[in-house]
Amino acid sequence: MAAIFQGVGAAEALSSSPFNSFDSNKSIFSPRRSFSVRKGASFAVVRSDGTVNLNLKGRRAQQLISNAVATKADSAAASSSSKPGHELLLFEALQEGLEEEMDRDPHVCVMGEDVGHYGGSYKVTKGLAKKFGDLRVLDTPIAENSFTGMGIGAAMTGLRPVIEGMNMGFLLLAFNQISNNCGMLHYTSGGQFTIPIVIRGPGGVGRQLGAEHSQRLESYFQSIPGIQMVACSTPYNAKGLMKAAIRSENPVILFEHVLLYNLKERIPDEDYICNLEEAEMVRPGEHVTILTYSRMRYHVMQAAKTLVNKGYDPEVIDIRSLKPFDLYTIGNSVKKTHRVLIVEECMRTGGIGASLTAAITENFNDYLDAPIMCLSSQDVPTPYAGTLEEVTVVQPPQIVTAVEQLCQ
Amino acid sequence: MATAFSAPKLAAQPFSTISPSSQDRPLKIPFLGSTRKLRCLGSSRLNLSRRPSGPVVAVSDVVKAKKPTQNPSLLITKDEGLELYEDMVLGRAFEDMCAQMYYRGKMFGFVHLYNGQEAVSTGFIKLLKQQDSVVSTYRDHVHALSKGVPSRAVMSELFGKSTGCCRGQGGSMHMFSSEHNLIGGFAFIGEGIPVATGAAFSSKYRREVLKEANCDHVTLAFFGDGTCNNGQFYECLNMAALWKLPIVFVVENNLWAIGMSHLRATSDPQIYKKGPAFGMPGVHVDGMDVLKVREVAKEAIGRARRGEGPTLVECETYRFRGHSLADPDELRDPAEKAHYAARDPITALKKYLIENNLAGEAELKAIDKKIDELLEDAVEFAEESPLPPRSQLLENVFADPKGFGIGPDGRYRCEDPKFTEGTAHV
Repeated sequence: MAAIFQGVGAAEALSSSPFNSFDSNKSIFSPRRSFSVRKGASFAVVRSDGTVNLNLKGRRAQQLISNAVATKADSAAASSSSKPGHELLLFEALQEGLEEEMDRDPHVCVMGEDVGHYGGSYKVTKGLAKKFGDLRVLDTPIAENSFTGMGIGAAMTGLRPVIEGMNMGFLLLAFNQISNNCGMLHYTSGGQFTIPIVIRGPGGVGRQLGAEHSQRLESYFQSIPGIQMVACSTPYNAKGLMKAAIRSENPVILFEHVLLYNLKERIPDEDYICNLEEAEMVRPGEHVTILTYSRMRYHVMQAAKTLVNKGYDPEVIDIRSLKPFDLYTIGNSVKKTHRVLIVEECMRTGGIGASLTAAITENFNDYLDAPIMCLSSQDVPTPYAGTLEEVTVVQPPQIVTAVEQLCQ
Repeated sequence: MATAFSAPKLAAQPFSTISPSSQDRPLKIPFLGSTRKLRCLGSSRLNLSRRPSGPVVAVSDVVKAKKPTQNPSLLITKDEGLELYEDMVLGRAFEDMCAQMYYRGKMFGFVHLYNGQEAVSTGFIKLLKQQDSVVSTYRDHVHALSKGVPSRAVMSELFGKSTGCCRGQGGSMHMFSSEHNLIGGFAFIGEGIPVATGAAFSSKYRREVLKEANCDHVTLAFFGDGTCNNGQFYECLNMAALWKLPIVFVVENNLWAIGMSHLRATSDPQIYKKGPAFGMPGVHVDGMDVLKVREVAKEAIGRARRGEGPTLVECETYRFRGHSLADPDELRDPAEKAHYAARDPITALKKYLIENNLAGEAELKAIDKKIDELLEDAVEFAEESPLPPRSQLLENVFADPKGFGIGPDGRYRCEDPKFTEGTAHV
């Protein structure tokens, strides 16, 4: 986990001290940057340390905080003291979000393997079965296709199930139900049935878990019409996305990452959700736009540390919404920096990066000064050996090299 | 009146005469579930509370309704009889009309007709309340009609018009109705069974978690013999029995999965035996006799309503037409077809009604005429209905159209006025 915490540390370091950039007069973290103004709502930057500046004027403001981006005050100390919050790990944030939604709406239920008495294989549902009972937190037999279908049937008849795949890879067995039923039935029924289901689970390359436990399903699911896909990366957005996904009337697939469950962050005490369709600005910059999601965000932030020391000013965006893409945030960034690097953990072929490259080229080709670079995992089944596994995914030095190449 | 489930225990005889592996002459073997053979297997008392495996029951013989002289022993009243008759005639006439319309170029794609199997649909679905759910397969027109979806809506859907029950977006294989709780219409076999299990789970959840004490909604899952070799079937049998879900699994065993004979595809062709393996009763019934089906259905649905759990009902039935309108149907033995044509459920019920003085020839003919007029009206309605406009293309993809995302201009794509015209870029 060292790499990740280093990444987090890098983010915190970024937030706490001004950096040398090409233009030393300009503060990197000016509040209320113009790119973030949207029709009727204004929002600003989220920090990975979870400080939030509440903006309730937005068009999408609800009783609770409508989106999860904060302005960065002048110093980290000021921001953390204004909103005390509480510190927790990412899996606890997911659990908190889930528990709050289950308290709020009795129709929300959980189904999955070992979610009940065992508390979830990654402890996301710990304690929930004791609190809500065995029917609301249902331990299913090992039949992914059928219990996912069961969740879909329950969703069509009024419940709001949260299906857990013990590992995202297992949901390959549920592909039939996810593609044919989850994505399609609202349409083929002419809008008569809604499927407010959330399908979630950990995926991604872990620590020598072997090929089948290291899969990234976002590329397989992205073509399915009728679903939304989001990927969480910090405790803050994990809780926010979980809650938003449960409240959404659309079927949502929430991708978590095995290695991120122990990330620690301070999150607000009050109720908040993260908008499912929006991307997150992690680090504003001028020279290059780096688009990433999930674990690769931390590799990027670690590379960003090196890059800043070398004099570059990367803008890092965590796209969060894998389907649909937030072309507004991404577009504004492209229009500013004119260079795009995509860093993802998906495989190269047919992955999220491939789709993103196509979308950016289609929409913002005129603003690009250089071809879009996409760093993805190698097209290999993830090897068990540690050395091989390390080179399967994108590592920070590769990101640094790519940025240098892009910015020539 | 004894129902199948409370008949005295009889010894079960091993099933010796039919060997499924004798594939050399598959067509000359009488159907294993034929009434003659299974008469030997008795029905035993259902006692499922503790024992892990329920008894295997064959009801073909037990429920014999032919007692023309004594009214009290009749299985149905006149009104019920006429209701059943009308429903079956509607199903048959509708499917015949579909065939006609298909060959006239009014409906397209894959159309699977239900001729011959009406007794199963009518026998089961007419016992349901509106809030009970039905899940079907691609052979779903008659299930929709029995559940109460208007003929106009189904016919329009088949014609692909916007007045169809699914706005023309589903088609023959995807009939849905939230008003009548018809939850599909699925094209892949076995795909609907987990959805049905979920609907039954909802019912149990409402009763036990949401404390809606009166919620006793039952779900019926209809599927065929081919599906009984599919994993989803077994997984759902397990879960339904495990949690005692209020569901009835109805197997419409018409012996053929397109061109694959059930005997060639299944190691043990007696599907009802698979129920007890999962801890639920397995029942076999003559699916060409609507009254027998109805009796079994009453008990199975009653069980589910009382919270006693699922039942597996195998209905021996037959489809008079091919698998779909594109199927030349050359593989089936004419003798087999003739055998089942002689057991046409509508003719049988008609005979029953007349012999038991429940209805006269004239009354039944009047019903036939009424259905004909209804269908002509349905066809006319469908013909005159508008085709879906371009603007309908993107409308029901997401329940919350924000799911199309945020466009480069910062607005949600669904806010784009061209979105409703169906010309927006997504």
